Amino acid sequence: MALLQISEPGLSTAPHQHRLAVGIDLGTTNSLVATVRNGISIVLGDEHGRAMLPSVVHYSSDGSIEVGESAQALLGDDPVNTIVSVKRFMGRGLADVGDTGRLPYRFVERVPSSEQSASGHGMVQLRTAAGIKSPVEVSAEILRVLRLRAEASLGGELVGAVITVPAYFDDAQRQATKDAAKLAGLNVLRLLNEPTAAAIAYGLDNASEGVYAVYDLGGGTFDISILRLSRGVFEVLSANGDSALGGDDFDQRIHCWLLEKNNLSALAPHDTRLLLTLARTAKEQLTEHSQTRITALLSSGELIDNVLTQDEFQSLSQNLIQRTLQPLRRALRDAKLTVADVKGVVMVGGATRMPQVQLAVGDFFGQTPLTNLDPDKVVALGAAIQANLLAGNQGGDDWLLLDVIPLSLGLETMGGLAEKIIPRNSTIPTARAQEFTTYKDGQTAMSLHVVQGERELVSDCRSLAKFELRGIPAMVAGSARIRVTFQVDADGLLNVAAREMGSGIEAAIVVKPSYGLSDADITRMLQESSQHAQDDMQARAQREQETEAHQLLEVVQHAVEQDGQLLDQAQRAHIESKMVLLREALQSKNQPLIKRSIAALNEATVSFAQARMDKSVTQALSGKNISDLEIKS
Amino acid sequence: MGVVLSEAAATHVKNFIAKRGRGLGLRIGVRTSGCSGMAYKLEFADEAGSDDLLFESFGVTVLVDPKSLPYIDGMELDYAREGLNEGFKFNNPNVKDSCGCGESFKV
Repeated sequence: MALLQISEPGLSTAPHQHRLAVGIDLGTTNSLVATVRNGISIVLGDEHGRAMLPSVVHYSSDGSIEVGESAQALLGDDPVNTIVSVKRFMGRGLADVGDTGRLPYRFVERVPSSEQSASGHGMVQLRTAAGIKSPVEVSAEILRVLRLRAEASLGGELVGAVITVPAYFDDAQRQATKDAAKLAGLNVLRLLNEPTAAAIAYGLDNASEGVYAVYDLGGGTFDISILRLSRGVFEVLSANGDSALGGDDFDQRIHCWLLEKNNLSALAPHDTRLLLTLARTAKEQLTEHSQTRITALLSSGELIDNVLTQDEFQSLSQNLIQRTLQPLRRALRDAKLTVADVKGVVMVGGATRMPQVQLAVGDFFGQTPLTNLDPDKVVALGAAIQANLLAGNQGGDDWLLLDVIPLSLGLETMGGLAEKIIPRNSTIPTARAQEFTTYKDGQTAMSLHVVQGERELVSDCRSLAKFELRGIPAMVAGSARIRVTFQVDADGLLNVAAREMGSGIEAAIVVKPSYGLSDADITRMLQESSQHAQDDMQARAQREQETEAHQLLEVVQHAVEQDGQLLDQAQRAHIESKMVLLREALQSKNQPLIKRSIAALNEATVSFAQARMDKSVTQALSGKNISDLEIKS
Repeated sequence: MGVVLSEAAATHVKNFIAKRGRGLGLRIGVRTSGCSGMAYKLEFADEAGSDDLLFESFGVTVLVDPKSLPYIDGMELDYAREGLNEGFKFNNPNVKDSCGCGESFKV
């Protein structure tokens, strides 16, 4: 006998047609799966009733794979083969990962093509006892465990899942997340931004319209997002954060305090782990109690026995909390809003249970933040509600979720300049088109280089993809019309299509970005773009000038070769000398000089251009009767 | 006779309705569909139809439309847990045959 669930009125499903859908919070530290049952969003636990699955995967040399608690237990003994926080590597190249020396893993930049998996191309790989694994594969292991748990709990196969990602995740990171889900046998209904999921869990989509802030302090990351709700639609106005700040830093502070109190310096790794665990327990204790006692016996025989009060902990952690307020101010500034505009504040992440965090956030916004849902589960709960909706299990009004792209998307144009097609913070899904043209006479192909970033020069932006439009009919430079369309779908993935309007030839690419950017990178790139605004403008002017110079030289060269007989010796020498001067000016990179030399060459060729024009007109007209010519007025 | 809920089922239904925030009670019925002819309908009820039959079990109102009643008269609805899965279970004395999954039945 099957077990049935209560449906909304009129929405009972036919037998065998229950559309089971789940929401998954694929977190850096912990992952969760939730679903809507009997009209309520609940988190699904494992056989021991544990809701949170540590995002840890262990690979053994015999090929067996452990995920979650059992993998975490192996962390101490086998750190190299125990992958934690794999989310930080999703869609990232080795260069993005940064200081790999701090991490115990054996990184591989690119695997040999024979071993290369379709997913995770160009992404950093990890060498484990069970072979080379991409972050996509590691994440897939976590997702697979959650899928099996959900199927066991719901008694059937899932039609799909909504998986949450940080608002700042770029195209590569989103694609990697989708790939991981596919590998885990999950059909992704949609990727949903974590803050949006949290807002849905609180039912803010049914709340009054306005601006909401989502403050997400997780185990190792901090994110702040500003959302606007209008007509039941959420839009991410801005996102900011600190990828190296989280609850673990608070444990670290208590740990340091213990060392100081007991005049200890370097400890054995075992003792460090012990004290960190005790620090964590103490932190959790202080959420409910005004003081807590920490006792430990170190391997040196030394006994630790200290009492930590809430007040003391508050002063210890004061500057950590202050560090979260800076990104908060930046996010508001990016959204062009002030504290007074914020209608409600949602707290996400276990670390927001700390009273001092709630207090500081409350003070900052001048209102009490929403904390009645479990901050560890709120993202998964919201994702489940969205999944239920997308699977078609709920009647009533659908809602669209709007997100923004974190950095502008554009194309490289001549001279290495970046032309922005979709500006940053555009809401998605979106599509923009722009026309481009050929640079040379008879040009039959065009190379399109898709870049991401705010800077003027391509070299300062991030390269996402390259493709070619071939078969353009030979035409005079500038007469081909190539329409390039950028389309970003609801999941934040980018499609670029180019079409030559005359002939209709097309080329398109689904951008499989080579690798992505972290929120820290994005922040850095944004900061650089404002710091370098002046330089960039000059650089752009310079490049434009250089491009113009190159083009002019080419045209003149071509003309001289073709119609050199129209010039006498002196004229020819004059033009050639000006060309030499312009080439020298280009070499010198001296902008005013280039400008003057361009003008000089232009001037030197005026009569030559006139002569060529006359010649072509004569040619066109020779042998023709005036009556043959169609006069256009 | 009518339809009754077990105490466990009633507790869960009350809980679900409370969390849902609205609802008159629980609507139980049958529909013709599924591999063995009939399938159960289990829904929240927001309003009662004029000819709905109402039953009361442990403080929960159960609504049944008169056409469905003959198929489920005397039935008890229970709440059960099977491994990780949990949900409502129909103990229906009228069922003569059901498909393997138990989601549809014959009377």
